[in-house]
Amino acid sequence: MFELLGIPPQALFGQLLLGLINGSFYALLSLGLAVIFGMLNIINFAHGAQYMMGAFTAFFLLQFGIGYWPALIIAPIIVGITGIVIERLFLQRLYQLDHLYGLLLTFGLALIIQGLFRHQYGSSGLPYSMPAQLSGGHNLGFMFLPNYRGWVVVLSLIVCFGTWFVIEKTKLGAYLRAATENPTLVRAFGINVPRMITLTYGFGVGLAALAGVMAAPIYAVNPLMGADLIIVVFAVVVIGGMGSIMGAIVTGFGLGVIEGLTKVFFPEASNTVIFVIMAIVLLLRPAGLFGRAN
Amino acid sequence: MSVMLDRAAPLLAVEKLEAWYGESHILHGATFDVREGEVVTLLGRNGAGKTTTLKSVMGIVGKRSGSVAFGGQELIRMSSNDIARLGVAFCPEERGIFASLDVEENLLLPPVVRAGGLPLDRIFDLFPNLKERLGSSQGTKLSGGEQQMLAIARILRTGARLLLLDEPTEGLAPVIIQQIGKTIRALKEQGFTILLVEQNFRFASTVADRYYVMEHGRIIDRFANSELDANLDKLHDYLGV
Ligand SMILES: Nc1ncnc2c1ncn2[C@@H]1O[C@H](COP(=O)(O)OP(=O)(O)OP(=O)(O)O)[C@@H](O)[C@H]1O
Ligand SMILES: [Mg+2]
Repeated sequence: MFELLGIPPQALFGQLLLGLINGSFYALLSLGLAVIFGMLNIINFAHGAQYMMGAFTAFFLLQFGIGYWPALIIAPIIVGITGIVIERLFLQRLYQLDHLYGLLLTFGLALIIQGLFRHQYGSSGLPYSMPAQLSGGHNLGFMFLPNYRGWVVVLSLIVCFGTWFVIEKTKLGAYLRAATENPTLVRAFGINVPRMITLTYGFGVGLAALAGVMAAPIYAVNPLMGADLIIVVFAVVVIGGMGSIMGAIVTGFGLGVIEGLTKVFFPEASNTVIFVIMAIVLLLRPAGLFGRAN
Repeated sequence: MSVMLDRAAPLLAVEKLEAWYGESHILHGATFDVREGEVVTLLGRNGAGKTTTLKSVMGIVGKRSGSVAFGGQELIRMSSNDIARLGVAFCPEERGIFASLDVEENLLLPPVVRAGGLPLDRIFDLFPNLKERLGSSQGTKLSGGEQQMLAIARILRTGARLLLLDEPTEGLAPVIIQQIGKTIRALKEQGFTILLVEQNFRFASTVADRYYVMEHGRIIDRFANSELDANLDKLHDYLGV
């Protein structure tokens, strides 16, 4: 077998795959954040907690005999509805204020939600088994590909580009883009913009919950599973540029891969590489790689 | 229904309209009306409250009181999206072309609210330049004149009967002003009712049936187009030109 810079290909491709999987979650989560920020002007710090709620909802559904496949649809809807309630009760009061207030409120919500789950379920983590159809894997010759992990990458790509397509290429997307720029005028054309904002938040939260369901069979279902992840995802969002849809997707996958490669070539830096890139981007291009400066 | 069919009853009747931005009280009891098929022009100096009046009719100003009746229906407590659905359309002073939408998306953005809007080919008859620019990537890459035409064109499709046009000639070259004048006369022939805000009463006199003069949030004078010449001195005084 050939080697690359002294690295066996099995290790290289293995880390690359791991990077793509992490990237799938980064992309889904930062996409949701970007969609929410675009419409609501709110930095949704509760995103990690909502991701965790997605995983827990899948776990609860299983207690009622509802398995992974239905949970992929049902859990995002349930968690999305809790998002809609949060938007109606709290967030809609903050749109006129500085970003900081939305960030503080959602940060507080995240702490409360995580605290409640921790109080109830401890922090050791609950098992969620893989759907039988996706257990096992394929030997691709140069590496072993676990089926479930391949599925995560494919599903994330489909959802991300589906969302991108709707926003950039459809009439509904034109309403969303226009309302991001000038909600008052779009409303004066006869569009119920407040309802659109509520549904957008529900959708963004639903994306986080979907990521949570996808994560449940890989990582244990744990009240703090979103707390660590969301810090990295915020770094991804800062690098990509707040509010850019394509930026969130490309940066999410890209940074996952970079992180994976760093694990191969310079393992000591693998936990910090994203933050180093963030610092460099902030210095050179404060609006982010895909953000529009204004 | 009989109210709506009666040509003498105004399509838009505004009474004792007051409006606020936060704590600042901008409109102080403006009263005027626009009859079906008329072009009525609101004149007044900078800051008189003309834009605020249009926005109050459209339901965009947060706090307002008094009465705005459209086709006999009271709008004062309605949200702007509901007002739009009744057939009122607004073309803002700053034009409001969306940068993240291409020209075609900008044109097709406002939803059709009633039957009877102009079909696209009629709109392109009125604005031939727009047809050529349809493929343009970004609405805001158009020239100022083209953006103004796009801002008018997009509200003609929707079936709205009352058009609120805020200074459509501001900052444009004379040829384009002429084209906009021609368009407004064509729209009037089509049966549109138009409430126009203008500072340029030379331009207004080529399209308007009647005028109202606004100052400090009140209507201080009114006259018909035929009375324009007799009122020129007063007008110069009002507008400070
Ligand atoms: N968003 C706002 N917040 C606070 N005050 C405002 C706002 N918009 C307008 N005003 C004030 O309201 C008054 C009336 O403004 P308005 O825009 O209606 O005037 P206008 O007659 O349209 O003037 P112009 O000819 O300059 O367009 C002005 O004193 C203006 O400063
Ligand atoms: Mg004005």
